[in-house]
Formats: sequence, structure tokens, C-alpha cells
Amino acid sequence: MLYNEPSPHEVKVLTRRFGLENSASLDTYLATDGFKAFKKALEMTPEQIIEEVKISNLRGRGGAGFPAGLKWSFVPRNSPKPKYIVVNADESEPGTCKDRLLMENDPHQLIEGVLIAGLAVDAHAGYIYIRGEYRYLIEIMDRAIAEAYSCGYLGKNILGSNFHFDLYTHTGAGAYECGEESALLESLEGKRGVPRIRPPFPAVVGAFQCPTVLNNVETYCAVPAIIRDGGAAFAALGVPKAGGTKLTCLSGHINKPGVYELPLGFPVMKMIEEVGGGIRGGKKLKAFIPGGSSCPVLTAEECQDLTMDYDAMARKKTMLGSGGVVIMDEDTCMVRAALRIMRFYAHESCGWCIPCREGTTWIRKLLQRFHDGMGQRSDIALIGDLAKNMFGRTFCPLGDAAAMPTMSIVEKFYHEFEDHLDGKPCPYEKARQLVMA
Amino acid sequence: MTLSAELEARFDKLLKSYPPGRQRSAMIPMLLYAQDELGSVTPELVEEVARRVGVEPLQVEEVMSYYSMLHRKPLGRYHVQICTNISCLLTGGEELWQHACKKLGIGHKEVTADGQVSLEEVECIGACSWAPALQVNYAFHHQMTPEKLDRLLDSLRKAQ
Ligand SMILES: Cc1cc2nc3c(=O)[nH]c(=O)nc-3n(C[C@H](O)[C@H](O)[C@H](O)COP(=O)(O)O)c2cc1C
Ligand code: SF4
Ligand code: FES
Repeated sequence: MLYNEPSPHEVKVLTRRFGLENSASLDTYLATDGFKAFKKALEMTPEQIIEEVKISNLRGRGGAGFPAGLKWSFVPRNSPKPKYIVVNADESEPGTCKDRLLMENDPHQLIEGVLIAGLAVDAHAGYIYIRGEYRYLIEIMDRAIAEAYSCGYLGKNILGSNFHFDLYTHTGAGAYECGEESALLESLEGKRGVPRIRPPFPAVVGAFQCPTVLNNVETYCAVPAIIRDGGAAFAALGVPKAGGTKLTCLSGHINKPGVYELPLGFPVMKMIEEVGGGIRGGKKLKAFIPGGSSCPVLTAEECQDLTMDYDAMARKKTMLGSGGVVIMDEDTCMVRAALRIMRFYAHESCGWCIPCREGTTWIRKLLQRFHDGMGQRSDIALIGDLAKNMFGRTFCPLGDAAAMPTMSIVEKFYHEFEDHLDGKPCPYEKARQLVMA
Repeated sequence: MTLSAELEARFDKLLKSYPPGRQRSAMIPMLLYAQDELGSVTPELVEEVARRVGVEPLQVEEVMSYYSMLHRKPLGRYHVQICTNISCLLTGGEELWQHACKKLGIGHKEVTADGQVSLEEVECIGACSWAPALQVNYAFHHQMTPEKLDRLLDSLRKAQ
């Protein structure tokens, strides 16, 4: 099902079957080039498959943007241990709602991507780790997997090739931290989602202590198109060093929120104005989160001439992240936004390391006090300092994810903290209430 | 303990889904699927799952306390989970949450006196572009308003 109207600016590669009748069925998939890429990959060597993915400039779509082909090349193919393919379908980064659509509308594309990854690293089993709240998607994936087994696309001797592959869904049970790759692997082994120390990385020691490819849903879903049409064609859709398209989730104060597949390098302002139909109620843009709540926040000025790609975002000291774009208009209270974001990280901190466990809770309390009008001037610097001290000093990147938006909001919206001093009621909330009344 | 036939089949399949000696992997899925049927993770269920995956009950307790969807006390027949994270906050999720608390007369993780409806303020549920959003058990409800919420809650009452 589609939840929003498509945009004419979209370049539909991963979403090309969305909207077709029975788009989730194997029949529809096969009628629209389905499993062509896998058949082609059967004729290729593993090195050729990995090379094609490298040429495509496909970068991980889960948040960190690591080149997928390079990651696959780290797997020791000749290791006597079994190898595994793990799909990160934990999708919990606030602002992000795209993996859901990929699994709902085209589950076989994900299965084909996983199979090709299996050929590339000599893996014969895979697990799709789906967040527990996405129960309907587990059912859709289970149905698609059963269909693929019954038609010989999974199981033993697939299409008479001697290649065998078993694929399973696995449910999480409510924990953002289990989206972090090493915590996910712990969770997959039936443990608390406490991250592992790295190195070794999952490519070498991953699921069940065996070499493992772990990618996001969208990353795998790009693979069939890359093998089918060639890595170069995919690369050409994007910008240098970032190939293809990105599913972008527009949310917040925007006229046409929704998930849109846009080529990498798409201009931010054009995305807001033309894809998203502009800011709601004719308001002005105040702040912009490019890819989930873990990213440093940008001001409206910083969005001018900015494009949606990894390197352009890095130059602005933020990240493309997961594709969860959050738009905030001129009436948004940034202290409140910072507070809500920190509440999330304090709630989701796994508690393993002290800087994150104590830091997130302490900052949350300070922000709450501030928003309640009881903040002191010295608290503003304290919030920033605490975040800075947490940054880079935690066991896993959740601590950074909590620190980055906070540091950016304190730095760029310092005056909004001042506006809350001396017991003043939140000045921005008032503006909103007047508008809504 | 005796489980329904569906649950038995589910457990069998889960125990076969992981490499030999790795049956512990099935623990969390088993707990969640069983909880859906039983309403909560009961002490008997902890024992049962521990026995089937080959760990001590204490190890199951240790794991389950980490996961926010697993709970020892029964929730309402309809568990209403309202997201107030950033995208929902910006589009009225907080007001929706307040409205639900007032209308039902209960707060976070509380159950109505008749045991029918429970409430929980939750983090992002992956519906940000269709915010504000909530889930009733596993069903998504997008682009909610206080009026739509009223109708939804009324329909749950009627469905009893
Ligand atoms: C706290 C935290 C949460 C994360 N959550 C997710 C998630 O929900 N989905 C996801 O694909 N990646 C998530 N990641 C990133 C993963 O650790 C990992 O980098 C990614 O799944 C690798 O796949 P990719 O290279 O295809 O992006 C998270 C990372 C951190 C630190
Ligand atoms: S930074 Fe530390 S406490 Fe926070 S989630 Fe990671 S390991 Fe757990
Ligand atoms: S922020 Fe509410 S669903 Fe994502």
C-alpha cells in the first residue's frame, strides 16, 4: 500500500513496483524483471559481483553510509566457518519510515538482494531482523519467503544451480539500540542488546561468531538493480562517491509529507518546495534534520545550496543518515525539540557505559528544567559541555547520536535557550497556540 | 504448560531456524509470540521457554527485562501506543497523548478499570511521514487527530 502520492521528481529504481497490483506477490515480481539479477549473478564469480557493487557506489542506507561493496569484500570467503547474511530491518531512527515500505510493497526484491549477497560471500543462510512493532511486515516477509521456497527461489539447489540458501525472519521486541549492528547480533543470539567491542567487525566475527554481511533493508534492495542494469548505471543516477537513489522520508511541518525516492545529490530546497510542497501554512523554515534524529540539526540558511548526499552533508558537519528528513518551521521551540530528542536517547540508552547512561539522563533533566522555565544561564553551557564530553567517549555510537543533535541545537539556537530564562513561558509555544486557536 | 496448536507450531519452527546449538536465539521471538496469546509473560511461560531453549529461567528474566515490548503484567485487550517522538511531536502527537489520557482517565502504561484499554507513550514507530501516528496492538493508525482518536476509542469499546 502507498501512504502518499508519488512525486514527479522521483527516480523509481527501488520503488518501481510500488503501486502495481499485488506488488508483493512473486508473480508480479517475476513479471517485472524479478530474479533476473540473481540469474545473472549465478553466472558471475563472487569477485565480479562485489566489483559491480563497488562500481555502483552503493553506500549503506542504515545511517553510516559505509560503501557496501567494500564491506562485502572484508568477509573472509575461504573461512571454514559458515557465513551469514543479516538484514537490519529494525528501523527505529526517529524520522525514518522507508524500510517498512520496501518490505510491504516489494518483499521479493529484498529476498533477491539477500540471495545475491549470499552468492558474493558464500553464505547459505540469512536472517531478517525486524523490529517487534512491525508485526504485519513479519507476516508479509514470511509469506514472501514461503512463496519463494515453494517456487524454488530459496532452499536447496536454487534454480538447479547447486546453490542453497535458507532465509528466516527474526523479531525484535522493542529496543532502538538493537538497530546498532553489534547489539543486533547479540539480540539475534537471544541476549540483551548490549553492543560488542570492535574490532573484530561483523564481516569477520558476526552472527553466531561467524563472518557476516550486515546491511540495511534499503541497501540490499538496491542490489538487484545494480546487478541487472550494471553498477555504472546505478552510480550515474547519483553523484560521485554516492551512487543511486535514496528513499527520503519527509516529515514534520511540510505540506506533502511522505516517502520519496530521490536521486542522491537532490537539492534540499527543491526537495522541500517541490517534492514536499513547501512548509505548512506558508511558514518559514527554521531547522532541518537531514537523516534521523541522530544528525546535527541545520539552520534554514545552511540548507540553501545544499544537496542530499553524504559528502555535502559532511561538509556542513552533519550526516545524510537514514533518510529521515524532519522539517521544523519558524514557530518550533528548539529547546522542546532538543528535550524530546534527548528523552528518546535517555530512554533507549542500554546502560552499559557510564558517559551515555549518565550523560543522556543528566542532559534530559537539564533540558526539562529549562523548558519548564526554571533554567539558569549557566545551564546552557553545561548542556553543551555535557554533550561534548559524551561525544566520542561512549562504547557504541548511541552516545554520539545523542550528543550531536544537542550540541548543534545549543550552538545554533543559543538565543532560544536565553528566551526561556527567568521563568518566562515558552515564547514559541505561544505563537503556535495562537496559530492553532 | 499447554500451548495452543498455533503456538506449538510457531515454537517448533523457531527452534529449527537457528544453527545447531543456537536455540537460545529463539527465546525473544518465543516470548513475544506467546505474550500475544497469553497477555503477558507469566512465570510459567518463563520456565517453559527456558526449558525449550536450554537456559536457566533466570537467564530468560535477565533478557526479557531489556525489551520494552515484553511485560509481566497484562495490558488492556487493546493496547493503544501513541508516538510523541520528534515527527509526531511536530504534528500534534503530544496533544493526542494528552487527549487520550484525559478521555480514558489513565496514564502511561495504565489499564482502564474494565481491563479493555491500556495506554503507552512510545518512541518512533516508523510512521513519521504519516504523523501523528499510533498503534492499537499491532495495527497502525496514521495522521491522527483528537476527533479520529475519539472515534477509534469508541469503536474499540463497541467491539468488546
Ligand atoms: C544506536 C544505533 C541505532 C541504529 N539503528 C539502525 C536501524 O534501525 N536500522 C539500520 O539499518 N541501521 C541502524 N544503525 C546502523 C547500523 O549499526 C549499521 O551501521 C547498519 O545497519 C549497516 O548497514 P548499512 O551499511 O547498509 O547501512 C544504527 C546504529 C546505531 C548506532
Ligand atoms: S553508548 Fe554505551 S550505554 Fe549508550 S547505548 Fe551504547 S553501549 Fe549502551
Ligand atoms: S516520530 Fe512518531 S512515528 Fe516516527
